[in-house]
Amino acid sequence: MAQTLEKHTLDIQKIRTQFPVLHQEVNGKPLIYFDNAATNQKPKRVIDALVKYYEHDNANIHRGAHALAARATEAFENTRVSVQKFINANEPEEIIFTKGTSESINLVASSWGRKFLNPGDEVLISTLEHHSNIVPWQMICEERGAELKVMPINEAGEIIIEALDELITEKTKMVAFNHASNSLGTINPVKHIIDKAHAVGAKVLVDGAQASSHLTVDVQALNADFYAFSAHKMYGPTGLGVLYGKRDILEKTPPYQGGGEMIKEVSFGKTTYNDIPYKFEAGTPDIANVIAFNEAILFINELGKENIVAYENELLAYATDKITQIEGVKLIGTAKEKVSVLSFEVEGIHHFDLGMWLDAKGVAVRTGHHCTQPLMDHYCIEGTVRASFSVYNTVEEIDAFIEALKSTISKFKK
Amino acid sequence: MSETINDIQNEIIEEFSMLDADMEMTIEYIMELGQQLPEMAEALKNEDHIVKGCQSKVWLNAEAKDGKIYLEADSNTAITKGLVSILVRILSGRTPQEIVDADLYFVDKIGLNRFIGTQRSNGLGAMMKQIKIYGLAYSAKAE
Repeated sequence: MAQTLEKHTLDIQKIRTQFPVLHQEVNGKPLIYFDNAATNQKPKRVIDALVKYYEHDNANIHRGAHALAARATEAFENTRVSVQKFINANEPEEIIFTKGTSESINLVASSWGRKFLNPGDEVLISTLEHHSNIVPWQMICEERGAELKVMPINEAGEIIIEALDELITEKTKMVAFNHASNSLGTINPVKHIIDKAHAVGAKVLVDGAQASSHLTVDVQALNADFYAFSAHKMYGPTGLGVLYGKRDILEKTPPYQGGGEMIKEVSFGKTTYNDIPYKFEAGTPDIANVIAFNEAILFINELGKENIVAYENELLAYATDKITQIEGVKLIGTAKEKVSVLSFEVEGIHHFDLGMWLDAKGVAVRTGHHCTQPLMDHYCIEGTVRASFSVYNTVEEIDAFIEALKSTISKFKK
Repeated sequence: MSETINDIQNEIIEEFSMLDADMEMTIEYIMELGQQLPEMAEALKNEDHIVKGCQSKVWLNAEAKDGKIYLEADSNTAITKGLVSILVRILSGRTPQEIVDADLYFVDKIGLNRFIGTQRSNGLGAMMKQIKIYGLAYSAKAE
């Protein structure tokens, strides 16, 4: 029998009715969607907003003198204000829309890095990073003659804080790390690392892709210089991300791409650039997705971030307890503070086989290196199975997943 | 060998049709096929014989003997090993020309697209390509 989780105040069954995709069978079994760290599902109000935009309001924004353009522009800029409030930025101009977390990080590495990194400077990342927060820094370090350094982690998957004193020095110009690890779920001591970085005059970029829908984010309280995240991991549309940057830093950072929207005046002799945030938003933006993203933020706000966090923590604790009782299962990532990510391996069974069997039983998980190969190398493994939970998941689904996993393991014991 | 490539493909299609498109039964059967795959010499499971896939490893060796190509293969995952064994069953012991000309329609017919397709997940698509390349190379040599 499933235990009841009593601490949270959310009506999960009611929430589930808002997600059309959840109500289907996969391979003849009810879908159990546990691949939320890759992308989570979209409530009907987000899907409806996309349709409504295309059916009623479609127009290019910011320049049109007609009613549709005015409506689209207003809705687009409303989302910017919602995002600003969502992460408690000081002003909406500090919110830049991008294609996703990867592009947000590339923008900073490329534009800020090209101007502010010099030979001998150091960029510090962590062992926990997604390739998106490794490769852009490798590229710019190589170009600028800077050096890339890495914060080590312990066996539980936590950054070794004691190592920071040696790593963060006068040479450090940028510290880039994730708020929460996509592979292990580890929540990093963001404020502590930011303070240490600022003490030597370094700037900090926080990759918030895994944190934005699972943790309360306050960029001013954290004092982050840049904060990057994606809409699609927080019930919003795919192909859309956010870069937050402090005004003074964004103003000193050169544009990322050239094109429409980002200019003030253009002549063949000289172009002057627009003010932030438009300076960084060349070309027609993803208007429909930005507008629909507002609904995703409202969805989270109406449920209450603290309620979501409390419920997901209960799911994680429940699943962790159940899975560790299965013989042969080893959790990868056992940090004290985690978002709702459960990464594991099973002795003697390849993660790909486990993933295929679970899929055959209707359970969607992710298998592989999760785009964190250096982290997998740290554990001397090729990959893991990762189950990750969102607010619409249930204890009953975890029970079904545990049964599916046990039955899969038994297939290999013949 | 009296059976043609297409005869064996048709046999495989027939075998899989009995599984009723049930994904669990299909995977179980694929794993059984993998257990029947002749052992590949450990010494051959090296970087030279690896077919790059995203999540699972596949090793493949091709030897030419009496005008025919003989395949040996293995994988580090049970399901991929089963899929690999199907390819070996169809294509090992064929002439280079037969391999080059082979139209592997069984993949579509038994719904294996999802295992091979665009997921890059098990190296099987890469293995099919590699076998064809061996076929081309040996048929060029023969000319």
